[in-house]
Amino acid sequence: MDWVNAIAQGILLGGLYALFAAGLSLIFGVMRLVNIAHGDLIVAAAYLALTIVQITGLHPFAAAIIVVPLMALFGYILQRLLLNPTLGKDFLSPLLVTFGLSVILQNGLLAGFTADSRRLSAGAIETASFDIMPGLTLGALPLLMFVVAVAVIAGLEVIFSRTSLGRAFRATSDDAEIAQLMALDHHHVYGLAMALSAGIVAIAGIFLAIRTNFDPASGPARLIFGFEAVIIGGLGNLWGTLAGGVVLGVSQTLGAQISPGWQLLAGHLVFFLVLGLRPRGLFPRMD
Amino acid sequence: MTEPLLSLRQLDAGYGDFQALFNVSFDIATGSVTALIGANGAGKSTLLRAIVGLVRAKPQMVRYCGEPIGGLSPDRIARRGVALVPEGRRLFRSLSVEENLVIGGECGRPGPWSLKAVYSLFPVLRERRRNPGTALSGGQQQMVAIGRALMSNPELILFDEISLGLAPVVIKDIYAALPAIIATGVSAVIVEQDVTRALGIAHRFVCLQEGKVSLQGDPAAVGRHDITAAYFGM
Repeated sequence: MDWVNAIAQGILLGGLYALFAAGLSLIFGVMRLVNIAHGDLIVAAAYLALTIVQITGLHPFAAAIIVVPLMALFGYILQRLLLNPTLGKDFLSPLLVTFGLSVILQNGLLAGFTADSRRLSAGAIETASFDIMPGLTLGALPLLMFVVAVAVIAGLEVIFSRTSLGRAFRATSDDAEIAQLMALDHHHVYGLAMALSAGIVAIAGIFLAIRTNFDPASGPARLIFGFEAVIIGGLGNLWGTLAGGVVLGVSQTLGAQISPGWQLLAGHLVFFLVLGLRPRGLFPRMD
Repeated sequence: MTEPLLSLRQLDAGYGDFQALFNVSFDIATGSVTALIGANGAGKSTLLRAIVGLVRAKPQMVRYCGEPIGGLSPDRIARRGVALVPEGRRLFRSLSVEENLVIGGECGRPGPWSLKAVYSLFPVLRERRRNPGTALSGGQQQMVAIGRALMSNPELILFDEISLGLAPVVIKDIYAALPAIIATGVSAVIVEQDVTRALGIAHRFVCLQEGKVSLQGDPAAVGRHDITAAYFGM
């Protein structure tokens, strides 16, 4: 029964990893940008949520109404001012710029919030749970995270396949030059993609802040989990990213079942296994 | 005399250190068809790319409806009513045929062209509208590329290598559609390997040689011998 429980908890944990990964997958798909600062943006969003909760006294979930648009706006400005000028030249410059951004964010947060680890309290939902059967109890918070992750991925899929914004994303991803001839300003399209990514980052940041302690140095680990979920799932496939998150989550909880020290290691090992056997991921869609 | 739709004045353009066009000047009158001819590497594609903004030019070098548009971004030039059917079609591969057409109309310019109008011009596209654009034959892809350009209701449409790589029977179909397109009042520039075919449909021709205009005029008034000489630089 312990193993069934571990798998169930792992699936739910995968939802959080999928939230970490969805924004990463989205911007890589649209503009081939690998955002090294993605994890730090998640942590920055967590601090932003913390600050807003402290100032307004809102429930963390209600604070999302403020944090999500603020992060999206920040994402758009970041893309237009800092990242667009680095795109299209070579592969290295955007990588270096986002790496620099990562360092700046970590140190900026350190200066502003100290190195003390912080946490957001969401109240009763943190301890609420559902007994599915004897020996298997699912927490309300992990369940909510998983449901939100599925909703976010489904929402992104609808945006990509049904809306004119999604058409613009796909067209720009296919051929940015010709997309410009369709009266699409690719700088604006990239800005919107980053805004969407940062909006998802905001959701991920709030859940991160409620689920665990975080400090200014927490970002890189989140980036790694996000990357692993994207790669395991296969580039360019959003549902694959969710599957990748679940595979990673289950690997970690099963590893922890063997020995607590094995939790992270098991996740990384499964990642390497997938990379070795199927370098393009489990469900690749992009060439 | 009325203002030409597009006028190029001493246009120099190129890629980085490589200059492909030198001092190119000519006008395109509203409602006219211009054949742009010249050997490989003469600068025909670069010229079209400079008009749509994909290659940088100085403002006064490209004037459209009397206004300088050289150096504007391609999306702004597209909004003003200039459309390109690019060499090699370059359809969006993750978009269906219909989505490729719809995205062409994204700029929202009013005019005669709509999905319905494009489907009645190229009925085969209606049957294949759910297919990915790149799953079609070369000729059908060219129809999608033309339809995509028409969807923006352009005033000026540029066809780059309109028949390159297509079967002769398909080329006939494409050319059969051109009169219906031109009849709507749109001006056209056609880049074509088959000089005879291009001159047959055009009101004017411009011949490029090594990035310079070597000859221009009325195809009916200029002898074939002179055109051949301008083409090959003999």
